[in-house]
Order: sequence, then C-alpha cells, then structure tokens
Amino acid sequence: MPTDTQPSSDTQSTTSDSILVADGVTRKFGGLTAVDVEHFEIQRGKITALIGPNGAGKTTFFNLLTGFDEPDSGEWTFNGQSLHGVPPYKVARKGMVRTFQLTKVLSRLKVIENMRLGATGQRGEKFLPSLFRGLWSAQEKENTDRAMDLLARFKLDAKADDFAGSLSGGQRKLLEMARALMVDPELIMLDEPMAGVNPALKQSLLGHVKSLRDEGRTVLFVEHDMDMVRDISDWVVVMAQGKIVAEGPPDTVMANQAVIDAYLGAHHDAALTHETEEEILAAAEAELEAEAEAEENS
Amino acid sequence: MEWSSVLSGAIEQGIGPSAIIYCLAAIGLNIHFGYTGLLNFGQAAFMMVGGYALGSLIQTWGWPLFPSLIVGLLMAVVLALVLGVPTLRLRADYLAIATIAAAEAIRQVLGSAALNDEFGGQDGRYGFVDGMRSLNFIPSGGVHFLGLDFRSYDFFIMIVGWTLALLLCGFVYLLMRSPWGRVLKSIREDEDAVRSLGKNVYSYKMQALVLGGVIGALAGIMSGLATSNVAPSDFATDTTFFTYTVLLIGGAARVFGPVAGALIFWFFISGLDLFFDKMTSGANPTIPESIMTDDQASLMRLIFLGLILMLIMIYRPQGIFGDRRELAIDAH
Ligand SMILES: Nc1ncnc2c1ncn2[C@@H]1O[C@H](COP(=O)(O)OP(=O)(O)OP(=O)(O)O)[C@@H](O)[C@H]1O
Ligand SMILES: [Mg+2]
Repeated sequence: MPTDTQPSSDTQSTTSDSILVADGVTRKFGGLTAVDVEHFEIQRGKITALIGPNGAGKTTFFNLLTGFDEPDSGEWTFNGQSLHGVPPYKVARKGMVRTFQLTKVLSRLKVIENMRLGATGQRGEKFLPSLFRGLWSAQEKENTDRAMDLLARFKLDAKADDFAGSLSGGQRKLLEMARALMVDPELIMLDEPMAGVNPALKQSLLGHVKSLRDEGRTVLFVEHDMDMVRDISDWVVVMAQGKIVAEGPPDTVMANQAVIDAYLGAHHDAALTHETEEEILAAAEAELEAEAEAEENS
Repeated sequence: MEWSSVLSGAIEQGIGPSAIIYCLAAIGLNIHFGYTGLLNFGQAAFMMVGGYALGSLIQTWGWPLFPSLIVGLLMAVVLALVLGVPTLRLRADYLAIATIAAAEAIRQVLGSAALNDEFGGQDGRYGFVDGMRSLNFIPSGGVHFLGLDFRSYDFFIMIVGWTLALLLCGFVYLLMRSPWGRVLKSIREDEDAVRSLGKNVYSYKMQALVLGGVIGALAGIMSGLATSNVAPSDFATDTTFFTYTVLLIGGAARVFGPVAGALIFWFFISGLDLFFDKMTSGANPTIPESIMTDDQASLMRLIFLGLILMLIMIYRPQGIFGDRRELAIDAH
C-alpha cells in the first residue's frame, strides 16, 4: 500500500469526483518492474504533480495511461470509461491529452501548422472534402485565430511562420504544451513541461498552468523542479521504483521522510532544495561520464 | 550521324514516354515517401499489377480498354491493402521489407512458366493497345518540330501522359495544402505526436499508401500502353530505384518535383547513352577500342548518372525544387 501521508477528507478521499482512476497497473521490462501502481486517482479540476527520482517510472506510467504502451496488468478509467486497450488517438479524443518528455515537434512544419494540427473535428482532414477549400477554410480561420491566441500566451506568436525545427529546446516545450491545448482537453498530462524553460518565462508559465485549472481543466504533470511543484500543485504523488510511495498536499509530502529517502537515498535528511537537486544532477553526470569512458575503453 | 542528333535524341527521350512513366510513378511515390514518410521499396509492384491487369485482361481475356484500366487501378488498391494492413501499425521498416519482398514475389509469379497461358511468361503480354490506337488523333505521319521527331502514336501517348501528369500535380497540390495533407506531413515528422493529438495515424497512412499505389498503377498502365508490352523485366527492382532517383533529383515533397526529376533524369540518361554510343561506334571511333568497346560504353551512362546524382546530393541535396532552409532542420 502507498503510505498516504494525509488522505484528507476534503480533497482526495471522495472517489466520486475523480476524473481518472487506475488500479493494479504494472509494466515489466524484462526483469525490471518499471511500474507497479496499486491505486492512483486524479481529482477533477485540480493540479496534480507526479514526482520521483530518475527512472521511477513516471514516463512509463504516462505511456500506459495514454495507450502508448500496454501494461502487463491493470485497469484504469477516464470519466468512468475504461481505457484498457484503447489506442492513443482515441484516448486523446476522449479529452485526455499528453505531452512528451522528449519533445515531439513537427520540425519541417511551421509553428502555426503544428498548432493547427491539434484542432479537433477538422472537416478538411477528410480525404474528399480536403480538395475543396470552401468546405474548410472558415473552420481553418477559426482554428488559426485560436492558435495565435495560444501562441501569444506562450510568447511564440512571433515565431508562428518559422519552422518548428528552428525553435530552441525550451520553445519546443512551450509549443508542445500550446499544441496540446489546441485539442481542448479535459485532462492535460505534461511530462516535465518546465525542463529547459528560462526562469522568467517559467514564472509566467506557472500562471498559465494555474489558469488552465481556473478554466476548469484538470492538470497532471511530472516535474523535477520542486519550487514549481510546491507553488502550483494541489496534490502531489510520489513514485519511486515503480511504486507510489506517498501522496498528499505539497507541503506535507515534501516534509515526508519517505519522500526524502526516495529522492536522496536513506542517508540524506535535508529537505529538497535547488542545491540538493544540483548534487543529484552532478552525481548523474559523473555516472554518465564513467559509463562513456567505460564504453570508450571497451 | 550529326552531333546535334545527340542533343535532339536526348530531348526526345527527356520528354518522351519513358519520362512520363517515371514521372507518374514518382508522383505516387512522392505521396508515400515525400509527404507521408512511408518507405515503399516496391513501387514497381504497383506499376506491375496495373500494367499486367491491362495487358492480360485485353490480350488473354479479350476485355475492352476502359474496364481493364479500371481493374488495373483497383488491383493497386488491393495490393496496398494487402501490404498495408499487416505492416502500417508496426515500425516503418516493416513496410519497406514487405514491399521489397512483395515486388519480387509478384514479378516471379507473373513471369512464371506455369502461368504462361494467362500472363505470357518472360515475354509478358503484348499487342493489346488497339483500343488506345483507335483513340489516336495525331496525323499518321508523326510530329516534327525544332529538329525533334516523334511518331504519331508516341506523340499521342505523350499528350495523354503529360496531361495526366499535370492533372495529378494539381490534385496533389490541392491535397497537400489542405488539413488532410497537413496530417500526412505531420506523420512523416513524428507519428506519435500526431497520435497524441487524436488523429488516426493508421488510417491516414493507409489512405496515402492506396493513393500513391493507384498512381503507381497508372504509371504501369501508361508503360503498357506506350510500349504495347508488359514484361517482368519492365518491373524489376531497379525500376523502383530509378523512381526514387527521379523523385530525389526533382525534390521530395514538392508538387512538381517528379516532373522536373523525370525530365532531367531521362535527358541525361539518354544523352549520355547516345554520346558514348557515338564516341565508340564506327570504323574509326573517337575513343579507341583499346580504351573502351561499345559494349562497355553502354555502361558508362550508369556511371555518369551515379556521378551526377552524387553532385546533386552534395550541392543541391534538397533536389531542384526543394527548400534548403527546410533541409537544414534536423528531423528530431
Ligand atoms: N522501452 C524500455 N525498455 C526497457 N526499459 C525501459 C523502457 N522504458 C523505460 N524503461 C526503464 O523503466 C524505468 C522507468 O523509466 P521512466 O522513463 O518511466 O522513468 P521516469 O520516472 O520518467 O524518469 P525521468 O525522471 O528520468 O524521466 C527505468 O529504469 C528505465 O530504464
Ligand atoms: Mg520521464
């Protein structure tokens, strides 16, 4: 069982308003159990953060929930409908849209075309109607207006006519988030949306994510930036080695010993700060270098 | 033989029936590879089923021209479904393997001695173009202008073929400026991103495979009509690779890429052929036999073609119509 820090009655204990519920979801890669989640819920209209050390299984869990990967066992429902075996494009059409940790922009399409692709129910996407511009141009115009509004929100409007492949890493993250919003999702799942985004813009993005909640959307995001997690999330779920080890409101969770242990190993006892994060990063880099060297030597 | 005959010969070939056939095949392949990113290495198979349906239905079973033509196009739809259903859900390389294998298998079956009565073995089918000839409105003396000479039926085929090619270019233009075309191009860039936005990628890939295949069949049909013959040797693997060459010379994912590519490809390949033929022929050839015999000369065109292709790839990797800015972007 996940050690619930505080299943307070006003937020998480009522299952009636869960937009997504997952039970017994497991995924093994050979001998490695990447995901082994006994129970997971997302409250409608809330911002939920999914955190955990590298390799905890967060991205794999995202892939399972959205149909990009198949679990070895488990059931999960979105708005009460089972999503087991539902292909990714149908998951998206039901209103559950995800972004990718390794951004997937369409490089040789313009930024605005990336955005337009996200719009749903396009008449011009059917083979025969596509030949007659009159049948879809009005809808295309509406979609373009909406796309430009979103791009402006993400400070990308000046880039609308550039190829998406010419964007910087951070801009690609922003484009991907904006494009996902073109689908008008009920639940948006962001895999490390802030990775590589500069601090000033990060601040305004936090505002945008909060405004998504105010618009009535539900947000689930994976993030390593603890300030962001603390700042905007209503609920935090912690994963380590495939399992959910704790969940609760941000302040409680981050003070939780199990969480600190999961992140830093049992011998650390400091709270998570930027410095400790950097330490972890440095350690990871050293490890990578060692690996690279080992490879070179072999 | 005058030197100018080398030039006029090259031009005649450059705009002649062979160029049309490869242009049409490349328009189909452009939809597969250029726009959707599908690795179809069996465009020759689509051409073959089209051409053979026409030839055998008319010669073996006595059908009239137009119904045979329609069946030829339908056969391409069937082939696309057979190839696409099992592979388009899988990684891109599965389609590549399946198309290469299918193309050779179909060629072996249609050329086999066991089916000699139906498909004529290695000779294939021939003499089935009476229906087409009866539509010919070009004077029987042929057409002569600017030092170029075309036989009447060849010129008729050229008019029909280039008209068809231009109509198809218009069709591709309309499709690719639309949201439908945008989905195809997006699939080429990253199909998981397209899935995550709620598009049925499998269905679009299938539509692209069928459409490009049908246009490939049209190329095979034109090949049969132009030469009055379909034979297994017309649809070997090199046919597919020449089609790729045509497409890359003109520029992939460009509406007029296949047209430009076909004109240039056939101009050079026949120009080089005629040039080396002239240099090595006669009693006292310009290039002495100790250096090169006329048998070897016929291989020179392939060597030079390879060289030209390399130069294009180095100095104009995006093809004639391509956009260099686009190419500078790494795919991921
Ligand atoms: N396709 C795969 N094949 C084999 N192992 C995999 C595969 N995908 C993920 N894994 C393994 O599963 C574990 C979980 O990976 P996952 O990408 O889900 O981690 P994560 O929590 O998203 O980490 P990060 O914070 O670094 O993004 C890792 O140990 C990883 O090596
Ligand atoms: Mg991850």
